[in-house]
Amino acid sequence: MTSVIHLRDVVALLGGFPALTGVDLDVSAGELVALVGANGAGKTTVLRLCAGLVPVASGTAQVLGEDLGRNARAVRSRVGLLGPSGGLYDELTASDNLRFFARASRVDLTDVERAAERFGITGRIGATPVGRLSTGQRRRVALASLVARRAELWLLDEPHAGLDAEGRDLLDSVVRSAVAAGATVVIASHDLDRTEGLGCRHVTLAGGSVTHGGDHAA
Amino acid sequence: MSIGNEQTAGTAPTVPGQSAPTGHRSTSSPLTRVLGIIVVLCIPLVVWLSFVATPPDRVQGESVRLLYVHVPSVTVAYVACFVTFVSSIMWLWKRSEWWDLVGSSAAEIGSVFTALTLVSGMIWGQITWGTAWEWDPRLTSTLFLFLLLVGYQALRAASPDRSARSRRSAVVGLLLVPNIIIVNRSVEWWRSLHQDATLFRTDLDFRIEGLMLFTWMFTTAVGMVLLVWLMFHRFRVGWLANRVEEQQLSEAVAARRAEATS
Amino acid sequence: MLRDAWLVAGKDLRMEVRTRVGLGQVVPFAVLVLVLFGFALDPDRGILEAATPGLFWVTVLFAAVLGVQRAYAVESAEGVRDALRLSSLSAPGVFLGKTLAIAVQLVAVEVALGVGVVILYGADPGGWVLLVGSALPATAGIAAAGSLYGVLAVGLRVRETLLPLLLLPVLAPVLLAATRAFEAALDGSPADGWPWAGLLALFAVVYVGCGIGLYGTVLEES
Repeated sequence: MTSVIHLRDVVALLGGFPALTGVDLDVSAGELVALVGANGAGKTTVLRLCAGLVPVASGTAQVLGEDLGRNARAVRSRVGLLGPSGGLYDELTASDNLRFFARASRVDLTDVERAAERFGITGRIGATPVGRLSTGQRRRVALASLVARRAELWLLDEPHAGLDAEGRDLLDSVVRSAVAAGATVVIASHDLDRTEGLGCRHVTLAGGSVTHGGDHAA
Repeated sequence: MSIGNEQTAGTAPTVPGQSAPTGHRSTSSPLTRVLGIIVVLCIPLVVWLSFVATPPDRVQGESVRLLYVHVPSVTVAYVACFVTFVSSIMWLWKRSEWWDLVGSSAAEIGSVFTALTLVSGMIWGQITWGTAWEWDPRLTSTLFLFLLLVGYQALRAASPDRSARSRRSAVVGLLLVPNIIIVNRSVEWWRSLHQDATLFRTDLDFRIEGLMLFTWMFTTAVGMVLLVWLMFHRFRVGWLANRVEEQQLSEAVAARRAEATS
Repeated sequence: MLRDAWLVAGKDLRMEVRTRVGLGQVVPFAVLVLVLFGFALDPDRGILEAATPGLFWVTVLFAAVLGVQRAYAVESAEGVRDALRLSSLSAPGVFLGKTLAIAVQLVAVEVALGVGVVILYGADPGGWVLLVGSALPATAGIAAAGSLYGVLAVGLRVRETLLPLLLLPVLAPVLLAATRAFEAALDGSPADGWPWAGLLALFAVVYVGCGIGLYGTVLEES
């Protein structure tokens, strides 16, 4: 199996704070992995590091075959990250946000429209500034943007939080079809029922390093 | 940058240019001691030359002695500014800690010399022109150089992590020289439309004679040695501060990791 | 690059249309400053008339600082920086787009101020060719320098106070040149003003060039 994420003794600093203190993690192509652990264990930083957004202070980090220390830019356009706040402009409407990020990421506009429809971002919701949407609705907008991106590696940070039951089911089906289409998915979550339901391999983090389940042999 | 655990706590890091870790943490080395001794020995000579040996000027009288401070300090200030400019370009090319520290050391010491230039220039102006400030292109450019250097240092002080600090200050350092050239040209053009009496040009065109010229050149040379001497020390302070930062980080990494496994 | 510039500028201007921060706050602020200058410098003694070009451009600089701050405040929202860095936008394209959007908003400020000085200060907009011919390169230069120095202050806790300290000394030559050009235009001697317009154009070219070259260095940091 080809390795999609390969981290060895990775240390990462956020504004002088050692967010990651030596992470070892291996994820193969097509795998579904859940990062679990207490708040502040480093789950979000692992995801952002794998997206090429956090510099590697020491250790080896390869994502999608690229060395993050040398070529983080090449990784960024191939991953999709769903952050806790969605990464949307509050001042723009949902559809304007979708269109802007689609154009900025060279995504086909028809793909975005299809995704928007799938997540119910049409009509009035589509024309509402994102700042005035509810948390769940914002999350749906961010998900639509992510799905349209057709990323090779999906990095989802607490994706179930703030979604209603229907939204969570929709999310799970999206994740399943992404994996079926050959994508690799890493989810940071507190919702163990959901991640187990998806059949994720669980990796436990504490104090900025992996304490359990880091390599697939385990 | 290595933040790894290979660095053990307690050993004093070696400063570049020093052969071995000094037991007492100091930024000096044989070279800086020699430079320091040269400066200390030359300063009484500078004082003697500029106050006793040289005659008062025919036109300016005793106030000409201020120029023995003013002209060398402006020269040193602009040299330091140019060093920051070159170091910023080199940092953008090489991305090395070395150029970052050279650039920031020069900027810091340069701003002190710039302030000295402004103060001595204003005292001289008060005596000679009767006003502390004239919108002379050189004096105005020096004021802007000072403001730009203050901004450079404020930006460095405000940037929390080292990579952002080096990156952003290199951009500002690179823009120092174009900014100063634009300010100087525009002020010169502006003033030339209104008046043509600027420093060193018309009515104050005094003759520079042998000993005066020598005093100037000598003081400038001493100022340069002083700049190099201070830069060595400032560089090493910055370098050690980076090592302390790294050591604290690796300790924090170890502490956080120990917390997780316990 | 130009495609990205259009995209970013269009996005910023669309945001402005929705929120009206520029039109509803920055423009009124600029007009307010004009009124305050009127109180400070007695309108009856002719000082105001003589100082009109300078006051106009000082006010534009203050408005520019606010505009640049606003332009980068919208980008610093949680998660937006990540989303932008994951996009395929080129750094020079983002720089040009931000510059264009700031410039368009500055033009709106300048038009309002122009009307303001005609009504409040009794300025006579005679040589309008020179007025426009110097205001456009001045605006481009202010927007380009603002856009470059604006990104340098992004993400710092002291960005509101740091930006004017970094930017205003850099913009001082623009103030000088644009004021001289406006003086010439209002005096009815445009021949004296055109060289200053040339200097403004040179400044704009230097800063657009530096921005294209250097913007990516700041953006690529993590």
